Amino acid sequence: MRRNELFFWMTVSFSLLIMAFILIPLIRMMTAPSFSGLQEAFRDEEVMRSIWLSIYTAGWAALISFVLGTPLAYLLARVDFAGKRLVESIIDLPIVIPHPVVGIAILGVAGRGSWVGEILADLGIRIMGSVTGIVTVLTFVGLPFYVKAAKEGFESISPRLERVSRNLGASMFHTFFRITFPLAWRSLFIGLIMCAARAISEFGAVVVVAYHPMIAPVMIYERFEAYGLKYSQPVAVWLVSICLLLFLLLRFLTLRRKIEI
Amino acid sequence: MIRTENLHVDLDPFHLRDITLAVEKNDFFVLMGPTGAGKTVLLEALAGLTPIQSGRIWIGGRDVTKIPPEKRAVSIVYQDYALFPHLTVRENILYGLHFHKMDPGKAHARYQELLEALNLSPLQGRFPTYLSGGEKQRVALARALIVNPGLILLDEPLSALDPGFRQEIRGIMKKLHESSGVTFLMVTHHFAEAISLANRGAVMSNGRIEQVGTIEDIFQRPASTFVADFVGMKNLFTARFNGTRAFIGNLEIESAGPLPKGYGHIAIRPEDIVLSTERIASSMRNQFLGRVTGIFDQGFYYEVHVLADAFTFKSLLTKRSLFEMGIREGMEIFLSFKASALHTL
Repeated sequence: MRRNELFFWMTVSFSLLIMAFILIPLIRMMTAPSFSGLQEAFRDEEVMRSIWLSIYTAGWAALISFVLGTPLAYLLARVDFAGKRLVESIIDLPIVIPHPVVGIAILGVAGRGSWVGEILADLGIRIMGSVTGIVTVLTFVGLPFYVKAAKEGFESISPRLERVSRNLGASMFHTFFRITFPLAWRSLFIGLIMCAARAISEFGAVVVVAYHPMIAPVMIYERFEAYGLKYSQPVAVWLVSICLLLFLLLRFLTLRRKIEI
Repeated sequence: MIRTENLHVDLDPFHLRDITLAVEKNDFFVLMGPTGAGKTVLLEALAGLTPIQSGRIWIGGRDVTKIPPEKRAVSIVYQDYALFPHLTVRENILYGLHFHKMDPGKAHARYQELLEALNLSPLQGRFPTYLSGGEKQRVALARALIVNPGLILLDEPLSALDPGFRQEIRGIMKKLHESSGVTFLMVTHHFAEAISLANRGAVMSNGRIEQVGTIEDIFQRPASTFVADFVGMKNLFTARFNGTRAFIGNLEIESAGPLPKGYGHIAIRPEDIVLSTERIASSMRNQFLGRVTGIFDQGFYYEVHVLADAFTFKSLLTKRSLFEMGIREGMEIFLSFKASALHTL
């Protein structure tokens, strides 16, 4: 593209507009609270508990997605079967359904009065207003992000590597754990982060299933409703900062060994 | 070593039809054919990597039709090498030993032996990204050979290499084949590779086997017009070399340059052979008297077979020259070609 044309400058200015649109509110929010406000929020046990609950439940959602979603992602990446498109569309459903509807749908199955709910109740598992309920909802909304990223990761690995491994005497299990998994790990990890990030940001579905125990987004909403913007901002700042820090730490720990590809 | 019976594979867009094939132990067997003929699919079917619809496969006297790939004792080497990118050269080569019971001392000796034979010692700690094509191919060969497979399948192992490396790997493969006693089955579309490496081979087209036999048979006596067209170089002879001369039987052929020592193959393209009813004085140094043994209509051209000494030379003529010279079966005729038309393989 020539740099002295009007067209080029239009593309640049629109891009800058988008950058500003995303960054200005975020920077404004991060810098708005006073130091004392942040300190106060940090000492507020309720706030910290909600942030840790958010991270804890999102972590579980990512872990469950990892265990349950990896085989599906592999299947979708490697096998062509009738109805594959349909399965892929079903995986995408949680992304397009309005969030409160997700909460209502899950309560409809797992709540009182449905047979699944009865069985769960007999087992002593409660969905409504419980950590289990929050994890269930977060897994529901986060799973698609993991499965898609993991599928793309598996697709990027040549099936020939697996074939050679099989020929050299490795069973499919050995091949998967020695070749496919280590090579896909980077993509799987990025999928896990996307899944956890999506889970942490969920509000609408959680608020339907469990207002209490309170996760951070619910807490931020409550502070905003009851006391106003000034009191919700510090909570938001802590949530965002702690999450960023955790992700950086995880990334450092898991991807420290440079994989040569 | 390998026997297949009525093998059928449907693998969109490729398919195999009725593949019946036998490869003997210690053969160096080549599979030739145009792109899309199904050569790679056949290799993968033998290796157990592609499901087959019907037919049977025996490898080393064992019916392996229903046996999974890891239990077939067959190693495959792909054109793109398929080295494990997250493992070093050493780890790549040793990979197969995780799944084979081998005495540690013996395994180490075998590893050293392969490093030596393939000249890989300085590269042991490197990752595949930092290897040249030739080096990658040598690692792939070592990785395939370390588990002592009875059979090694090579999918165009040389075609992705630079010409210099190609020559080198060709030499290494010949040596490995002679020293290891392993049966080699190689897909190629370079005739020079086929002729210099293999003793037997097959030509495939459109999922079927067109011809199986010795390399000489395939090039000298094509069983179908497809094979004849495909192999193109129809005048192929085993020759003894001496200086710039090649001897086939009692015929002495001049070459434009010095020839390798000992024995080898020579080839002359049919269109390079000129026929004449009388001896011609020209710069063509090779001229022999022969007898027409056959005239075949090839559409735009006629292929004329001329027997000189005990060898049949094939030449191409237009219909017009055929009539002008009045060529008919049984007549005596001179065949000539330039020294530069002689190819050695």
